[in-house]
Amino acid sequence: MELPGLLSFLVFFATFAGIYAVFALGLNVQWGFSGQFNLGVHAFWAVGAYTSAILTTDPGGAHLGGFGLPMIAGLAAGILLSALLAVLIGLVTVNLRTDYLAIATIGIAEIVRLALKNEASLTNGVRGIPGIPKPFAELGGDAPALIFLAIVAAALALVFLAIETLRHAPWGRVQRALREDEAATLAAGKNVFRFRIESFVLGAAIMGLGGGLYAHFFAFVSPEAFDPLLTTFVVWVMLIAGGSGNNLGAVAGAFAVWAIWSGSGFLTELLPIELQTRAGSLRVLLIGVLLQIILLNRPNGLLPEQTPRSARD
Amino acid sequence: MIDILQLLVFGIVLGGIVALGAVGVSLLFGILRFAHFAHGDMMTLGAYLAFVFAGILGWPLPLGFALALVLTIAVALAIDRTIYRRLRRTAPVILLFSSFGIALILRSVIEMAFGPDTVVYDTAISTPWTVGGLRIKPDHVTILAGTAVLVAALHLFLRRTRTGKAMRAMADDPDLARVTGIDTERVIAWTWIIGGGLAAAAGMFLALDTRLVPTLGWHILLPVFAAAILGGIGNPYGAILGGLAIGIATELSTLFLPPVYKPAVAFVIIVAMLVWRPTGLIAGR
Repeated sequence: MELPGLLSFLVFFATFAGIYAVFALGLNVQWGFSGQFNLGVHAFWAVGAYTSAILTTDPGGAHLGGFGLPMIAGLAAGILLSALLAVLIGLVTVNLRTDYLAIATIGIAEIVRLALKNEASLTNGVRGIPGIPKPFAELGGDAPALIFLAIVAAALALVFLAIETLRHAPWGRVQRALREDEAATLAAGKNVFRFRIESFVLGAAIMGLGGGLYAHFFAFVSPEAFDPLLTTFVVWVMLIAGGSGNNLGAVAGAFAVWAIWSGSGFLTELLPIELQTRAGSLRVLLIGVLLQIILLNRPNGLLPEQTPRSARD
Repeated sequence: MIDILQLLVFGIVLGGIVALGAVGVSLLFGILRFAHFAHGDMMTLGAYLAFVFAGILGWPLPLGFALALVLTIAVALAIDRTIYRRLRRTAPVILLFSSFGIALILRSVIEMAFGPDTVVYDTAISTPWTVGGLRIKPDHVTILAGTAVLVAALHLFLRRTRTGKAMRAMADDPDLARVTGIDTERVIAWTWIIGGGLAAAAGMFLALDTRLVPTLGWHILLPVFAAAILGGIGNPYGAILGGLAIGIATELSTLFLPPVYKPAVAFVIIVAMLVWRPTGLIAGR
């Protein structure tokens, strides 16, 4: 089965945008629901990706791993380890105010990146881990790409339904209350500490899943891929553009921003060849300016949060 | 022993640079209530502007530094006028996020203009002096002298001028300062002048000490935040001491840690401080 070029690009685009949407949903649980400013998305992304990479590649590399496990085991372990890291971070940072939490999380994420780069026995260092298997690769042609798109779509749907249910549940209500007024939530007898940790860990687990999907999609991970810029920052722009607090908004923001990012790639290809090496910077500039425009003109995003009505209304 | 002294020298040089950045971060945090994530890239901007004058045009280094300082201040004020000022009425977290975007805008513009490769101010290699077994580069003396002059000027400004006193009052308690009739917009503008100028100087000194790459400021941002938190947010004198402490701790860490983990030192200090004593070592907020 061979798809024409444009269609095959669309499949690639939708798969990658879908993975970004998973991250945007994870961040929405942390920031949109609960108001926790995590600037370390790339730490959980990397942990999910590397865990799955180490568990599912074939043996024989110079680094730890090559266990040849199936992808589903890799994803599950990535989710678990990412959640575990979040518990550890959460226990330390749970009481920090927004700005301090942002500084602390970006610091932790940078340490994770330093460790990935330098602990070569675990991660193969700067050379990265190649040959991460894609399921059904033996079918050849475009079939594996389509199957992978279906896997990402299923994962995205699952995450979406789960956290949308949680949002309408009492749990989601407490998270919103916590975001708006911590003192009042405490006065209402809620265990603020527990609810904070829960949303932080749930969001991180979802990011771990996204990281695993990313690793299998690209079949290669290296520390370079977890530049805070193309991971944490872009996911944040997606969430803010789409509308934080709104799950549909988070997904819409992911697709919209990724479309702009990909589209800008086509535009910069039209530039003269000597300017193309700097095209990456131009695209970053574009995203940065886009963010300022959104913040100034539509700070609530394309689809602002709709607070669910309580049953008694 | 001589090793430790040598590391102390490096630590004080790095600490002075970090301190210059941390003063701005601390004052901005105290007055505008947000962590200014673009501060590192403002340092990079200052360093590259100095490179334009001193490196490309070949003008004398002090003149290039002075011009770069003024231009960086102009850029800081322009960013505040066009963007931050309009976001001030929203939640401070929007300002923080906006500054993260500004950081990327500054860095991508620098990368487009100068490319990703390393540049240096002066191709001549300066031979270090040896003083009692210690190696000291002439650049280190320049940096330390420059830092001392700037800190002294800052001290006079904060203590002797009305604006300086108003600035300390606002950083200490913005609401109280407002009700006593302080012209807050004027103080905010002066905070950008001080913060932007010191950031530019820190960037130029850092480029003089190491090498100039577009990620120069980004990599020093965490130590700068650490210094501001260590010294107590809103306390410029604390930020200076915090900067020296961070610089020395970072360099001394190489005695027992692989040097690749040097950047982690600042972060460990941040977390320890936030958990143990979030108001800073010297009473602040």
